Formats: sequence, structure tokens, C-alpha cells
Amino acid sequence: MSFDLSVSVQRGGRIVSAALRTDAALTVLVGPSGAGKTTILDMIAGLIRPDHGHIRVLGRTLFDRSAGVDLPVPQRAVGYVFQEARLFPHRRVRANLLYGARDDQRLAEVAATLDIAHLLDRWPRTLSGGEARRVAIGRALLSAPRFLLLDEPLSSLDPARREEAMRAIERVRDARLVPILMVTHDRAEAERLADRIVPIDQAAVDEG
Amino acid sequence: MSDGLIGIVRLTLLIGGVATLVTLPIAFALAWLLARGRFPGKVLLDGIVHLPLVVPPVVTGWILLLAFAPAGVLGAPLERWFGGSVLFRWTGAAIAAGVMALPLMVRAIRLSIEAVDRRLEQAASTLGAGRWRVFATITLPLAAPGVAAGAVLGFARSIGEFGATITFVSNVPGETQTLPLAIYAALQRPGGEAEVWRLAAVSVALSLIALIVSEALVRRAGRGVHVL
Repeated sequence: MSFDLSVSVQRGGRIVSAALRTDAALTVLVGPSGAGKTTILDMIAGLIRPDHGHIRVLGRTLFDRSAGVDLPVPQRAVGYVFQEARLFPHRRVRANLLYGARDDQRLAEVAATLDIAHLLDRWPRTLSGGEARRVAIGRALLSAPRFLLLDEPLSSLDPARREEAMRAIERVRDARLVPILMVTHDRAEAERLADRIVPIDQAAVDEG
Repeated sequence: MSDGLIGIVRLTLLIGGVATLVTLPIAFALAWLLARGRFPGKVLLDGIVHLPLVVPPVVTGWILLLAFAPAGVLGAPLERWFGGSVLFRWTGAAIAAGVMALPLMVRAIRLSIEAVDRRLEQAASTLGAGRWRVFATITLPLAAPGVAAGAVLGFARSIGEFGATITFVSNVPGETQTLPLAIYAALQRPGGEAEVWRLAAVSVALSLIALIVSEALVRRAGRGVHVL
């Protein structure tokens, strides 16, 4: 099972919960803004501690309330692409890409896949939104993650950039390097990219 | 410049430099606690750190004098372990300058730590960085211009220190007589006006240089380098 989770947490006076079992290469959680999609990804990454439940990815338990397991964030081997690129402003693109990497062996390959090879010596502040997004995806991939979390990776991009980013995600998906869990509010986007779509506004419990 | 003037400037820079270097790590630790810590008594700590800014310097000097006197809470152990006192010594002047500069340094550093985007630290931890690596590679470099500005500001405050210093370690030529104390001594002396002019000019020049450096560092820090 790629992703096997059942979690809930109280945030700002309401309860965000998700339950999901899936083996798809790319699973998309779809829900309206404010449904708690980012909160769910933050729980899987370990940035928010769930009140109840468990999180298992590829058979490894990241969190289990009843067993008292709560792996620290750096040990979860997550590749998290945040909604904002969150590139380190004081490091050039190359240093951003290699921040979580053990060496630079896969740099050229990943840079080519994402079409960012020409940006390596630039500073993050000089990148367009689409470029920054692709660098963020590359940085996550190069940290040798066991799985990828993508938070609205296509939002706030103009149509041309969207298409670029969408193709980059498809290439990563089709290479089947790591299972991907992505959240979006855009149904059309979900339908194009996903092997499996899970609506988030309802209690989503299913066998993938 | 005359030998006397050079000696005074050198002593002032020595005292200001030592005060700044020794106070900087203390100010950083306090700034970190105040920016990131959550503990009971935080408001009280904040108040105590800021006291030298609002208490008359002569009172701060008097408290230091009580503490570092041979029988004082700090003076007694110093005497026992190192067989010496900081009274009437340049080291005492550096302590007074450091205490007076502390609140300014803490304020500048605290602001720069608070300005660091926590989301960048989260991103670094998802990339496998532990707490210390996040601090060394993300938090500290992003806060560095503010820390440097705080240090320069503290240095400027140190070389201008007067009230606490003269109360605590007196006005000893060649030992505790920094620029401001030398100006005061020259003012007391009939016919010392020319000396006052010279000392005051050097003093203003040094302070101005320090402020310009501090301002440049702050500007650099504020140059919108955060891209999200």
C-alpha cells in the first residue's frame, strides 16, 4: 500500500480528518478551499501532529497514535512541494536543489526532466512563478524522498506555465519513481493527472 | 593626532570592541529566547533586558559597583578565582559598556530572528535537515544582517558610554578614560577647550561611521530577498 492513513486533528475550532488507502502512482485529494487539504499534507509530513489515527507510507509507520510512534520530520523521507515554492532566498538555484541531496549525481537528470538546467546559477528572486515551482519540485525529488506531497502545484500559474508544470508532474508520475499524493481544488486538473481521485469534503474511506 | 589622543582613541576602541564581542553571544541567546521561547516569566525577562535603556546610567553604574565590589556578589568570586578586580580597570569599563549596549543589541537581533520565515525552516526539515542544520544553514544566515547591524549599533553605544562607566570604574587616564570621559575631564580643566574640540570631533566621526555601517546592513537585510 503506497498511502495508508486515517487521521484527524482539531484546527481552529473544527475537525479536519482524512482516511485513505491507495496504491495509485498519483492520488489526488480534491476539495474546496478551506477543506483542510494542506492540513492533511502537513500531518503526513509531520509538521502538524494529528490528534488521532495512523499514517503509513509504503509499509513504514510515520505516525501511530495508539502505538506511540511519531517520526521526526527529517526522518520521514518526504518530498514536500509546498503551495508557495519556499525556495531559500540566500542560496542559488543549484544550492537549493542540492540542499537535501546526498550528492549531485542526479542533478543533471532531474534538471533536464523539469527543464530547469538553464536556471542553476540564478537567485530564487529572479525566477518566475512557474520556474520557482519547478525548482521546488526538483529540490524535493533530489532529497531522495520515499514519496511526494504536492500542495496545489499548479495554482497561481498562467496557462502556459501551468501546462509546463503539469507536464513535469506527468513525467515524474510516469517514471514511477515514488508515489505521489497531490491536493487541488481544480477538478479538471485532478482528472488529467490522477490515477485515483479522492474527494476530501466527505469522509473518504476506500480500498485503492 | 597627539600621542595622548591616539591612546584615548585606542582605549575607546578596545573597550567598545571587547564589550561588543563579549555581549554579542549573550544578546543573541536572549534575543532567541524572546523571539522563539515560550516560558513563564518571558515578560519579566524582556523587562530586565530593557532596564539599562530606561534606568539612569548612573544607577546602572552604581548597581555594577555594588555587584563587583570586593565583597559583592560578583566581585567576591572574581577576587577568589582570578585574584583581581575589575574596579578602576578597562575590563570594568568594558562590562559597563556591554551592559548598556545589551538592550539595543537584543532588540535588533530579536527583530531579525522574528523576521525569518518559519516556513523556510519547515521546508528545510522536510528535506532532511535536523534542528542544528536548519539553524546553521537557514535561520542564522537569514538573520545575519540584523545580527551584524545589532553588533555595530552596540559598538556605537559602547564607545559613547559615559554615565555607568564613570560611576562604576571612575575616570582613570590610560585605564578607563575613554573618549567621552576624556572630554568630560578636559571640560573641567581651565584652557582645555581646544582638547574638547579635538576629542569631540573624533567622537562624532567614530559614531557616524558606526551608524552608517549599521544603516547599510539594515538596508541590505530589508532588500526584499524573500521569494516565496
